[in-house]
Amino acid sequence: MKNSPMTITEKILAAHVGEKTVSPGELIEVRIDLALANDITAPLAIQAFSEIGVQKVFNKNRVVLVPDHFTPAKDIPSAEQCKILREFAKAQRLSHFFEIGQCGIEHVLLPEKGLVLPGELVIGADSHTCTYGGMGAFSTGVGSTDLGAAMATGKLWLKVPESLKFIFYGKINPWVSGKDFILHTIGDIGVDGARYQAMEFCGETIRKLPMSGRFTMANMAIEAGGKNGIMEPDEITLEFIKTRAIRPYKIYRSDRDAHYAEVKEYDVSKIHPLVALPHIPSNVRDVREVGKVEIDQVVIGSCTNGHLDDLRVAGRILKGKKVASSLRLIILPATQEIYRQALKEGLIEIFILAGAAVSTPTCGPCLGGHMGVLAEGERALATTNRNFRGRMGHAGSEVYLSGPAVAAASAIKGRICHPEEVMKKGGKGSRIPGVK
Amino acid sequence: MKLEGRIWKFGSDIDTDAIIPARYLNQSDPGELAKHAMEDERPEFIKGVKKGDILLADKNFGCGSSREHAPLALKAAGISCIIAKSFARIFFRNSFNLGLPLLESSEASDSINDGDRVRVDLNRGEIIDQTQNKKFSATPIPPFMQELLQDGGLIPHLRKKRLNRGRR
Repeated sequence: MKNSPMTITEKILAAHVGEKTVSPGELIEVRIDLALANDITAPLAIQAFSEIGVQKVFNKNRVVLVPDHFTPAKDIPSAEQCKILREFAKAQRLSHFFEIGQCGIEHVLLPEKGLVLPGELVIGADSHTCTYGGMGAFSTGVGSTDLGAAMATGKLWLKVPESLKFIFYGKINPWVSGKDFILHTIGDIGVDGARYQAMEFCGETIRKLPMSGRFTMANMAIEAGGKNGIMEPDEITLEFIKTRAIRPYKIYRSDRDAHYAEVKEYDVSKIHPLVALPHIPSNVRDVREVGKVEIDQVVIGSCTNGHLDDLRVAGRILKGKKVASSLRLIILPATQEIYRQALKEGLIEIFILAGAAVSTPTCGPCLGGHMGVLAEGERALATTNRNFRGRMGHAGSEVYLSGPAVAAASAIKGRICHPEEVMKKGGKGSRIPGVK
Repeated sequence: MKLEGRIWKFGSDIDTDAIIPARYLNQSDPGELAKHAMEDERPEFIKGVKKGDILLADKNFGCGSSREHAPLALKAAGISCIIAKSFARIFFRNSFNLGLPLLESSEASDSINDGDRVRVDLNRGEIIDQTQNKKFSATPIPPFMQELLQDGGLIPHLRKKRLNRGRR
């Protein structure tokens, strides 16, 4: 009998359960390639791990701890949490514990270090673990108990998700990036539009996107309730991992006749820079239609948009200009390597001359942790991923979401605006870096 | 398993930042977390909630972050069960992993009022609103999840499995 056709997600899951095929709805126990946790989720995971009664993690090279959320430690309790990670990493002789100085935002750091690869199955005690789908891995977020159990057993139970297919085609408009495509998608299907499902992104537009834009899209699959976001690897993926991969990997592609619960097509020539209004990521509007929204703070960074390409866009817009006097601009390169590269390219100097505060890599402000918490009544525009009530600080503050181009332009204007309000229309450089 | 308590009713898409704001995640003590459960969403919740009380919500409860601190805070606050039209995926896993039962019922979500006294029979998937004298049925809890609940969560479940393997 011919094997039934499968999606890339189903193929990766089948390979990790040692079966020829799996089908949606099936409960399976998968072998995991990597388990990840951060300074917020690892302490509970380590506690769960120790309660199971095993002595050693399943593989010291496959458990990764990244203290990136409230670090460099913002207060004494946070320092205590980091200490738990540090001591566990030492006791278990983990190969990959990232101390401050080598650290970065986990979901940008791991691909950069070649620690996650196409065809792999990665779980992380962080909801944005779905980011690695951008390179053709199956990756998903879990809680601390699941992670603790996985650290002990190297396994996890999962339900095989149904797949949704999103086809993107058409000419990409100026200043539009992966962030706008995923915001458009979430705006279309809603915050639970892909609940428990795999979101597969494909089409000519996706193949033109740089890795940064692909990671941004897969990163926000969770904002539509998705179990994972995924894209088939291509030559751009292979180029990215060529010098990084630390172990062999396997490329999977969806069968042509694979089954999808639904197929959606988006003509990107109709998508312009977008903004998600408070207090839900699906509240998406064209930036030209948001009206006059004055802002107190702009944040450019996070696991969603702290990539070098994102800083390059911001640099292009901020070069030779000043941040509005009514506003604070905070820029966070996602990793030390991105920081170094931005320094070399002169971006950091552009940011500082423009009046921005540039921070060491941290998740800090995205979740109202530190490095830019909002006061009551304040309004922020951020390139992050969530605009829930109180997400970045006081419950009476507001968060708007956008890509880096809108964020940088708005920082200059002091209100949310289209990049063309500060840059020449149709001018050179309005194409997002890396877009073919 | 039978549960009984007062209903605390919430809307749709209640996110994990609403359940437990990130500013309290610099520690993991369940009792401390419980003090701030639903703080920004409904400040009087934590003052009034009693052991055994039941949380009721509309669709997509627990969306957003993977923080297990969310179900942990609710459980430590005394919540014995959550009923909603649907749950976000990670929150669903986390709750059962901690031994906190979740029930899906659109009817119950629409009909039961805040403050009602409700009785839940987990084995039968039955929800009885004693205030309104109405009965609702929930989507049956999958067998694997029932096993987790019986064992008290994923960790005791794994410990039991290891023990059984050792005996064999």
